[in-house]
Amino acid sequence: MRLRAEGLAHAYDGIEALGPLDLAVESGERVAVIGPSGCGKSTLLAILGGLVRPSRGRVLLEGEPPRGSLVPLAYVFQDFALLPWRTVEANVALPLEDRLGAAERRERVRAALARTRLADFARAYPRQLSGGMRQRVGIARALVVEPGVLLLDEPLSALDAQTRELLLEEMLGLTAGATLVWVTHHLDEAVRVADRVVLLSARPGRVRAILPVPIPEAERGRPSALAELARLRHELWGLLREDARRAEATLGAGPADAGA
Amino acid sequence: MPAREVPFRGGGFAPRRIRHVGWLSFLVLVGLWELASRAGLVSPFTLPAPSRVLAALLEMAGSGELARHLVASLARLALGWALGAMLGVAVGLAIGISSLARSIGLPLVSALFPVPKIALLPLLILWLGIGEASKVATIALGTFFPTVIATASGVDQIPKSLVRMAQSFDLAPRAIVLRVILPGALPGMLAGARISASIALVLLTAAEMIGAEHGIGALVLQAGHLMRSDRLLAGVVLLSVLGLAIGAAIGALERRLLAWR
Repeated sequence: MRLRAEGLAHAYDGIEALGPLDLAVESGERVAVIGPSGCGKSTLLAILGGLVRPSRGRVLLEGEPPRGSLVPLAYVFQDFALLPWRTVEANVALPLEDRLGAAERRERVRAALARTRLADFARAYPRQLSGGMRQRVGIARALVVEPGVLLLDEPLSALDAQTRELLLEEMLGLTAGATLVWVTHHLDEAVRVADRVVLLSARPGRVRAILPVPIPEAERGRPSALAELARLRHELWGLLREDARRAEATLGAGPADAGA
Repeated sequence: MPAREVPFRGGGFAPRRIRHVGWLSFLVLVGLWELASRAGLVSPFTLPAPSRVLAALLEMAGSGELARHLVASLARLALGWALGAMLGVAVGLAIGISSLARSIGLPLVSALFPVPKIALLPLLILWLGIGEASKVATIALGTFFPTVIATASGVDQIPKSLVRMAQSFDLAPRAIVLRVILPGALPGMLAGARISASIALVLLTAAEMIGAEHGIGALVLQAGHLMRSDRLLAGVVLLSVLGLAIGAAIGALERRLLAWR
């Protein structure tokens, strides 16, 4: 499916937080959104996902959802957003309830847990899992509905560096071929996951630059790709640095984008 | 500077429960009371020995009087508490999820919550008569307000990201209430149930002291009039046991329903 944002802008209490901006995500494309703190990255994602109503502009979803898709847009949350009173399998089953019969629901959950290597933890509660495993539950829950577009809000930010690295590799495999928008503040993560990196300016976040990542995704983990990825990262940081410094100095003067 | 061992400074300020000490200290207290009473240090008229209180309890149990009082009290308590709790949960949920209900309900509840409900008993008697209805209504009223507040704050404490998550999967509002809001607010609701149960017990006793023939409150009052301090204290013991039993029941419910914690 194709996602298109036209003339998006958002303000909180009269303070311009985002845009105006246009953005198009093609079918099967992976777009990373990066920008300084408070630039409206998460607000943009929430607007794309229909969770925040923009002050101006609109979001269009084009094309047919994949076969078996139950929800066109699925979200992966930074804080995992798991229901602590439900087991892993019950969390993953949540979006299927009232939509599928018990047998099909069980089968989909079983397949999603197997894909995310959570089958042995189906009966565990979230508190019994590590951060990385909790996020795998979040991913399984998003994948189980077979969405047309996957929206990921800093999905690895709550994890330690090693877990982040492990889960990043795993997520790239799990989301292969999916249309996705991945919000992050990690430069390395952005160039590893995306076909294009969209760089937002400081608040109000506007599209400052779009950088294609000209390395096939499968080669990005190899040593031969390191130099090119490092160059891209350097280029991104060069564009981001002044805005990040300004954002750091003015942070707290207005609404944070994460809460939007 | 010569080498010296770094002293340990991290002790204390972490109280924990020492096993059996609670029961033992209670038994010691009752034993001392018994001894003081038998030694004549305490007048058996003003403070009868625990053995005499127990004897009074057994005597009432044997005659069937105890069961009559207990059944009357439990019926009023169960009905009043269930009514107040059900209405309180409904109103608390509404305040927790609806802007209009919050704007109307929260100032009203905040204003009426501090009013001692027992002060309204004469008014309720005027409205509903001196029979069961006014007693049940007093207990329901006393239970209602803390339940509203506990439920609404329980809903407020649910992380917003959980509701967002449910919305992101297009869950219907009813499903969000049933699968996210209600279970998420349950810890707050059960904590509120503890508070409202103890308030209900106080109101039950007070309400039964006005125009009731049976009930633990009536038993205590009648015993006082007859200067039967052994029966009076037996009533107090019953109330205490009832309070403990309700607390234990809510505790068991918490362990069962909140096992995920």
